[in-house]
Amino acid sequence: MRPAACAENRRPCAIRLDDVSVAFETADGPVHALSDIELQIDKGDFVAFIGPSGCGKTTLLRVIADLEPCTGGTALVNDQSPREARLSRCYGYVFQTPALLPWRTVEKNIHLPLEVMGFSRQERRRRAQHYLELVNLGEFGKKFPWQLSGGMQQRVSIARALCFDPDMLLMDEPFGALDEITRDHLNEQLLQLWSKTRKTVVFVTHSIPEAVFLATKIVVMSARPGRIIDTIECGFSEDRGLDIRDTPKFREIARRVREELHQGHAD
Amino acid sequence: MRTDRPVRRRKWGGTSAGPVALLVAALLVIWYAGAVYLNSPMLIDRYQKSAANWSAARLVTDSWSMERPVLPAPHQIARELKRSILERSITSRRSLVYHAGVTLSSAMSGFVIGALLGIALAIGIVHVATLERSLMPWIIASQTIPILAIAPMIIVVLGAVGVTGLLPKAVISAYLCFFPVTVGMVKGLRSPSKNLLDLMRNYNASDAQTLWKLRLPASVPYLFASLKIAVALSLVGAIVAELPAGAQAGLGARLLSGSYYGQTNLIWAALITASVVSASLVALVGRVERGATRRMGLQP
Repeated sequence: MRPAACAENRRPCAIRLDDVSVAFETADGPVHALSDIELQIDKGDFVAFIGPSGCGKTTLLRVIADLEPCTGGTALVNDQSPREARLSRCYGYVFQTPALLPWRTVEKNIHLPLEVMGFSRQERRRRAQHYLELVNLGEFGKKFPWQLSGGMQQRVSIARALCFDPDMLLMDEPFGALDEITRDHLNEQLLQLWSKTRKTVVFVTHSIPEAVFLATKIVVMSARPGRIIDTIECGFSEDRGLDIRDTPKFREIARRVREELHQGHAD
Repeated sequence: MRTDRPVRRRKWGGTSAGPVALLVAALLVIWYAGAVYLNSPMLIDRYQKSAANWSAARLVTDSWSMERPVLPAPHQIARELKRSILERSITSRRSLVYHAGVTLSSAMSGFVIGALLGIALAIGIVHVATLERSLMPWIIASQTIPILAIAPMIIVVLGAVGVTGLLPKAVISAYLCFFPVTVGMVKGLRSPSKNLLDLMRNYNASDAQTLWKLRLPASVPYLFASLKIAVALSLVGAIVAELPAGAQAGLGARLLSGSYYGQTNLIWAALITASVVSASLVALVGRVERGATRRMGLQP
């Protein structure tokens, strides 16, 4: 076991990736999805993975979540292996699609993880109500998923990921399938949620403005083999609104991310 | 926010009633014409033997009122149905209701056994990879053997170990029933998306929890599609099972005695009864399906 905190950091370390690589065996030989990934994420960070499709950013998220094994290097989550972290219910996971069960009401969908984890009926009800209110859907517990809009469904799926109070929230392009207006709105809500709960968030995205707006730290990746080009600290104030997108600092960071993505593409 | 689910309306009458009536009328015309065509050679033969005078009109009316026609006319079958359903007490051995009840009881027992077996096999196949490879070829092979060939064997084998009566017939019925249920349920249990399965893994759910909370509810639409096929097959199985045993009761026995004595009216009445029972069973499963879908809150 390592010491609980990464020595050089103020805050304890949530995720530490050491020389992580992932290779898939295919008929044409191994495909290197990720190589030489070195990354450190502190507790309470909001980290965005950005890169072209096929750069392995989703794979990296899945390695952290123990949905995919890494074939080289070591990954540590709260100083445990990803598997141990998963068994101790460390992760709330949000997919690009809401992935709600159509035969359960919104409320019962949030009960799902709680039922699996053996929470009492009373506690399930209390938590469902609490987390639905947190995503501003307090009134919609008795509705079925198909009665809600796409953005509302995705908020239910975020409430479901939070309801068992995991250490970190892993989000795989959660707003990728939504229109831009809904997306802006949800970005603001997610930011508020993050400053309320102080969870570590790892967020995969295609969108540069989304990454710069949300993240405290942007991880820029390139494709084939997937690797990290750069890590950019953002450092905007916590109560930022969408209007920061017009500030010079925002545009400067966005420009830097864009240039690095282009370079990574040109290689 | 979308609005609540739309009110379901029955679409009967209006546009569909006309064409349906026309089709039925056309079918009846063809049937009556067919009866004349198929029955007249025998009649003409008979006229010539008895050197009777006969006209085309007489030929037509006679061919619709023979005692043992090659093809009975619809009204003859209707009369036979009326006689053997309405004019007999349902406990009588001449009542089709009695015989249908006998067949139905073995069909329903077989349906229950077959459906449960089908579901159990599907759960095994989805969870254990070796079961898929070892069982699936046998399951498919079982359905390539004509039921008519294997039914007597089942009766003989079960009879040798002292199992007689309803159970052998139910077993033959189940032999037909389980297959569509297995195939449908394997597909249904595998229908949850990768995301949902990853989600259950994320929650560290056991296989049993994943089965109960995810795979089984997701397979319900597949289950009902399979059950509709299975319930119709269960009746076929029960009727076929009555043939080799030389059964005294049941629609199969009725068909058999009809063909011994050339009672085509009787055969057709039994056939019609079988198809009405079978269609009612399929409709009943459809009803239960609609109820279940509504209870589960799925979009109609």
